Amino acid sequence: MASLLPRATKRLRLSPPSGFVCHDCRRAFGSSVCQSQQQQPAPSQHVSQSEKTTHFGFETVAEELKASRVRTVFSSVAANYDTMNDLMSLGIHRLWKDHFVRSLNPGIRPASTASSPQATPGQTILDIAGGTGDIALRLLDHATTINHDPRTNVIISDINPEMLAEGRKRFATSPYYSTSTNRRVSFLEANAEDLSAIVSNSIDLYTVAFGIRNFTHKQVALQEAFRVLKPGGVFACLEFTPRLSNPLMNGIYKRWSFGAIPLIGQVVAADRESYQYLVESIERFPSQSEFAGMIEEAGFMVPGGERGVEGELESGWEDLSLGIAAIHKGVKPVSR
Amino acid sequence: MNKSASLRTFRHLLALPQPLRQRTFSILNRPPPNYPGHVPLTLAERGALAVGSAFGSLRNPHRHDLIAALGEATAKPYFISRLRTAMLANPTGRRILRDRPRITSQTMSLEKLRQLPESTVGRAYAAWLDREGVTPDTRDQVRYIDDPEEAYVMQRYRETHDFTHAITGLPVIIEGELAVKAFEFANTLLPMTALSLVAVVRLKAAERKRFFETYLPWAVGNGLKAEEVINVYWEEELETDVEVLRARLGIEIPPDLREIRKTLRDKNKAAKAARDARERLGAATGV
Repeated sequence: MASLLPRATKRLRLSPPSGFVCHDCRRAFGSSVCQSQQQQPAPSQHVSQSEKTTHFGFETVAEELKASRVRTVFSSVAANYDTMNDLMSLGIHRLWKDHFVRSLNPGIRPASTASSPQATPGQTILDIAGGTGDIALRLLDHATTINHDPRTNVIISDINPEMLAEGRKRFATSPYYSTSTNRRVSFLEANAEDLSAIVSNSIDLYTVAFGIRNFTHKQVALQEAFRVLKPGGVFACLEFTPRLSNPLMNGIYKRWSFGAIPLIGQVVAADRESYQYLVESIERFPSQSEFAGMIEEAGFMVPGGERGVEGELESGWEDLSLGIAAIHKGVKPVSR
Repeated sequence: MNKSASLRTFRHLLALPQPLRQRTFSILNRPPPNYPGHVPLTLAERGALAVGSAFGSLRNPHRHDLIAALGEATAKPYFISRLRTAMLANPTGRRILRDRPRITSQTMSLEKLRQLPESTVGRAYAAWLDREGVTPDTRDQVRYIDDPEEAYVMQRYRETHDFTHAITGLPVIIEGELAVKAFEFANTLLPMTALSLVAVVRLKAAERKRFFETYLPWAVGNGLKAEEVINVYWEEELETDVEVLRARLGIEIPPDLREIRKTLRDKNKAAKAARDARERLGAATGV
């Protein structure tokens, strides 16, 4: 009967078939969710047991290829990254990032009492997937200007050297990089799943803004974050959410995402495919409650986290702009 | 009675060929692609792409991908279909549509073309590429035209654009490109060729004067008079004599633009040198 329908009416499903969740995200789910997803998602049936696959937007790729595919995407978007961000979010990404940094309040305000200024060592902040440096710059500005902390320093890490080059350009004219004696920003080319260049228990604040949805193994990245943070250190993540809770706003938002954003990518950056990947990767990201569960599984304590009747977290994150983006925080527990 | 009548009408509508059926999909429910690389666009998206690529390519004429996108966004509903019908009406055009040859740096070996006799089309093409310093590198793939055959027609037009340059001798500078685009509009009627003539505002005053006096009349006259250039099977015409092909198509060669510009530049330089010498002489003798 279906063959009698004209071709155009067989629609390509834009959202993934219900129940499909990538290998990495599925592990974080509670048992109740697992039971409802007994039927295996289609892609893994076609590959042998040894070859593990993951999602790259709506494509399915071998796991070891995802990082290099992501790297290629960001090499091509690096040059127009900030212009495209402004156009895609109509400038609102600046408000999100400002709020993100302000709510973290980086920097240690020097006490007005006797202890000398040299005593307070300043915080060590690790900004992951922060290649172009927009978060790092805000962190340093806030610490220096609002908390009068001249010693806090930021390590900017990114998997992609072109994005780091953009970051170096941004910082070249800032006071944080120019003098080599008081250099407060450093650049590290690394995969967030393997931060072996950073000593365990050495970071005060770990931030990742709009980066974690591109990681191949988010849980591994969360575990690395747990390792490098000091006890009492804070993990903070700013990321898009896969859907809004209001159905009308969600309809409008999805049409903007899948219609306007690849078009702007084509006209401004000559690259429709990379921006199609970006909006598809947002669609594939776990929801706020699932992601908060993954943060807890890595060992963090999620402030404000409360469980609902089904056992999953109902709160413990902050929605921004009706839920287009969300800030997740976790604290590494101090003692056993 | 009413329900079955409306169901019948509905089925009739669905059974119509795709160009006649109203577009029934939305951004979140795109139909599957008709060929590799195909991106079905809704009317609003196509309009936005047309406007965005028009302004983008005016601001930065080096963005050939925007010019390509403008061409694809404005080719429907009528113009690319007319061009395809013109190909179907011609025996050579029909053969091209059946064979679907592609022109890339792999399929067009410049080494072999350079060895052809002096007056052949292939040699003229290779000579033009060398003179202008360009290659038959892969043109942008057509993505936004829904029908696969019409998409091929657009791709063929894009890939044979350099041949039009070669047999008319017009250079790649903006003046030459505008003359070719005017010729192509008169010949193929694609809206993008007419829209790109807006770039006339980027010409200098002398260039604009030359364009309106000489090259635009040449382009419109010859484009209308000539045979459809899209129907030329270039791969088979490589060893034809250029004059013979031009006579067959009904194209007269325009004045050599590079020569005119060079003569003018040399004249200006000589006049300026004379003026400078006179000033120096005047200053030296105190006149």
